[in-house]
Amino acid sequence: MSDKTANTQQSSGTVQTTGHAWDGDLQEYNNPLPRWWLWCFYGTIVFSILYWFVYPSWPVGDTWIKGTGTVDYTVVDKGTGKEQAKEYRWNTRSLLLEDLGAAATDPQRKAMLAKVEAADYDQIVKDPKMMEFVRSVGKGLFGDNCAACHGRGGQGVVGLYPNLTDDDWLWGGKMAKINETLMQGRKGFMPAFGPVLKPEQLDDVAEYVLTLSNEAQPSEASARGKEIFQGQVGGCYYCHGADAKGLPSQGSANLTDKIWAIVNIPALKTPQEKQAALKTFISNGVNNTRVMPAWKDRLSSTDIKLLAVYVHQLSGVK
Amino acid sequence: MSEPTPSLYQKRIQIHPRSVKGQFRNLKTGVLVLAYLVFFLLPWLRWDRPNAPDQAVLYDLPGRHFYIFGLTIQVQDIFWLAGVLIIFAILLFFVTGLAGRVWCGYFCFQTLWTDLYMMVEKWIQGDRPARIRLDKGPWNREKFIKRGGTYAIWLFIAFWSGLSFTMYWVDAPTLVVDFLLGRAPYAAYFTTFFLTTTTFVMAGLAREQVCVYMCPYARFQSAMFDHDTLIISYEAKRGEGTQGRAKLGKGMKTREERQAQGAGDCIDCGYCVQVCPVGIDIRNGLQYQCISCALCIDACDTIMDNQKWPRGLIHYTSENALQGRKTTLLKPKTVGYGVILTAATVLLIWSVVTRSPYTGMVEQIRQPLYTQLSDGSIRNTYEIKLNNKLTAPMTVGIRIEGLPGAVLDMDSMERLKLAPQERIKLLARVQIPPVQDDSGKKNDRDEVTFVIEALEGATAEPIRREVPFYVPEGD
Repeated sequence: MSDKTANTQQSSGTVQTTGHAWDGDLQEYNNPLPRWWLWCFYGTIVFSILYWFVYPSWPVGDTWIKGTGTVDYTVVDKGTGKEQAKEYRWNTRSLLLEDLGAAATDPQRKAMLAKVEAADYDQIVKDPKMMEFVRSVGKGLFGDNCAACHGRGGQGVVGLYPNLTDDDWLWGGKMAKINETLMQGRKGFMPAFGPVLKPEQLDDVAEYVLTLSNEAQPSEASARGKEIFQGQVGGCYYCHGADAKGLPSQGSANLTDKIWAIVNIPALKTPQEKQAALKTFISNGVNNTRVMPAWKDRLSSTDIKLLAVYVHQLSGVK
Repeated sequence: MSEPTPSLYQKRIQIHPRSVKGQFRNLKTGVLVLAYLVFFLLPWLRWDRPNAPDQAVLYDLPGRHFYIFGLTIQVQDIFWLAGVLIIFAILLFFVTGLAGRVWCGYFCFQTLWTDLYMMVEKWIQGDRPARIRLDKGPWNREKFIKRGGTYAIWLFIAFWSGLSFTMYWVDAPTLVVDFLLGRAPYAAYFTTFFLTTTTFVMAGLAREQVCVYMCPYARFQSAMFDHDTLIISYEAKRGEGTQGRAKLGKGMKTREERQAQGAGDCIDCGYCVQVCPVGIDIRNGLQYQCISCALCIDACDTIMDNQKWPRGLIHYTSENALQGRKTTLLKPKTVGYGVILTAATVLLIWSVVTRSPYTGMVEQIRQPLYTQLSDGSIRNTYEIKLNNKLTAPMTVGIRIEGLPGAVLDMDSMERLKLAPQERIKLLARVQIPPVQDDSGKKNDRDEVTFVIEALEGATAEPIRREVPFYVPEGD
């Protein structure tokens, strides 16, 4: 069968070879490619040459052939929300800008933004679609602006940046308060008691504060500390309140709960360590170390509103 | 070497297949009509579907929904497509191993469209001899009109084929209007133009070259052949006799006269070669170009009928039968393919029939893993993704199980009405009271089970998702 096939494929009747002979008699059949195939091949070569001119291609000296292709994209100003049409030569960055512009000017996104802008906080929280949108956009905003200090998930760093996921808020955890914090910024302050109180008094106050959250048992020392705390000697109650639960208007900490934002008491093992750490903190106070910048000049009010809702849902304070 | 310089590139020899009548031609025409009816008319079929498009078969890519009659497929069920492709592949192996290139000969769209184009060609330009004459003749008025007419009709068929394909992806009546008014999406124009071009070129101009040079299936199908596979073959013993084939001539008319002189039943009329769409001579045996279209069988049967000789000089047979051996159809290979094919089909049908009306996924938010609240209780947060796969609204309820004292807080979205085909992500907070026990286990990883139930609008088994719940590490 194979002999017949080979023969009949050649209309002339004789088998055509490529014309070479190796080792005297070794020859190769000529099975030519179809001509259209050849022309398609030439076509691809022509295409590749045109491609060089349209897209960035060859390096030339310290520059390169930049190509005639361009990309049109839209830039949205973060502050004013103004859209501006731009054009730049084709490269992958232009394509990225095109995608970013398309996302920022997406009609569905714009409609949703307008809806969130118009709604008040209670409406947003009750609307699953709006909350989905806020969490999605807010995650990006938070990542760009807040995560550097507060961490990707808002968990903060004990001693440096507050944890935004718990329910303990120095300046108030309602959305309106968070919005205010974002707009104006905050500056935490506590005077240094080192120069005011004697070391023994500092020990006593520290002991008393530890008893407030059951980190230490009441003792004579804590009783002395209470007098200093609640009296004119220390005057701690001015800011922390007589019940030591803090005053959001002052940004003073609630000393009776389990959360320690600055001194990581739960991480310390022995009562001595806890007391010593707290004493050091009380004598040094807080001055210019806990500052939240104001965002009203950096972000649009809509972005701040989105962030306020986003941060609030991290903590979920009712 | 004394041979003339060999040509490295082969010029194509135009094939002008002759038309033929017969049982296989009728079968092929039947398949063709059926296939075209389905392909061209299906996009126009409507289907009553509340809250969703009313096109019976619609692949809505932007909406990520695939509507096939009563079945609505969501993206997460796209693995069914893989199932369908696997079934098709095994079906191809199974059928090819058993019956040869049935796909190529009867069902392949290249074959179908080429057939249709040849019908147009024959209708306008006449049968083979007329076409050869026209081809060789000068470009006069007749050739211009006939060729032009053929190309015009081809082009229209190509365009309508391309447009019909596009109709499967958008609402068909809207598309046709928009397309003609120039306001259809760019993708619709591109798809239609692309398919118009390829249909015209492949079915009108390239034809058998697609099967011979381009098609990968044509090549790997031969790997599935064995000696029992059904093939179309010339009965060489009967056709050639002892002295070879001979034309009808004086003293060579009847079978008896011919057999007396050692001539076979093949009268070398060449009809089988003329009807062949790939331009081979079946009498040379099994060839890789052969697409098993069976038209040579019809051609030869016509001649045999005229001669009043028995049919079957060219017929469906197998290599084993040609060698005088028995053809075995029930072999481990075919049985194996059959079993896999049945299993895959049953699995797919089972998967489609038992599909759930909605999906619910729960993912833990891992930054932070847990949060300690002011009263010492521990909270973990989760993201819940819900997807209503129905084209009707449904209500979903979410609760938790398996974690003592745990409270679920979803800002009163624990019970939620989902719009038809709505997808949504929700936040869930799970809180447990302060961990008091110092004697018990000091595990830092617990588990909580989310139960997502269909409360209204659908009946289904609740979805249960067990996810980790982290608490601070014990000392």
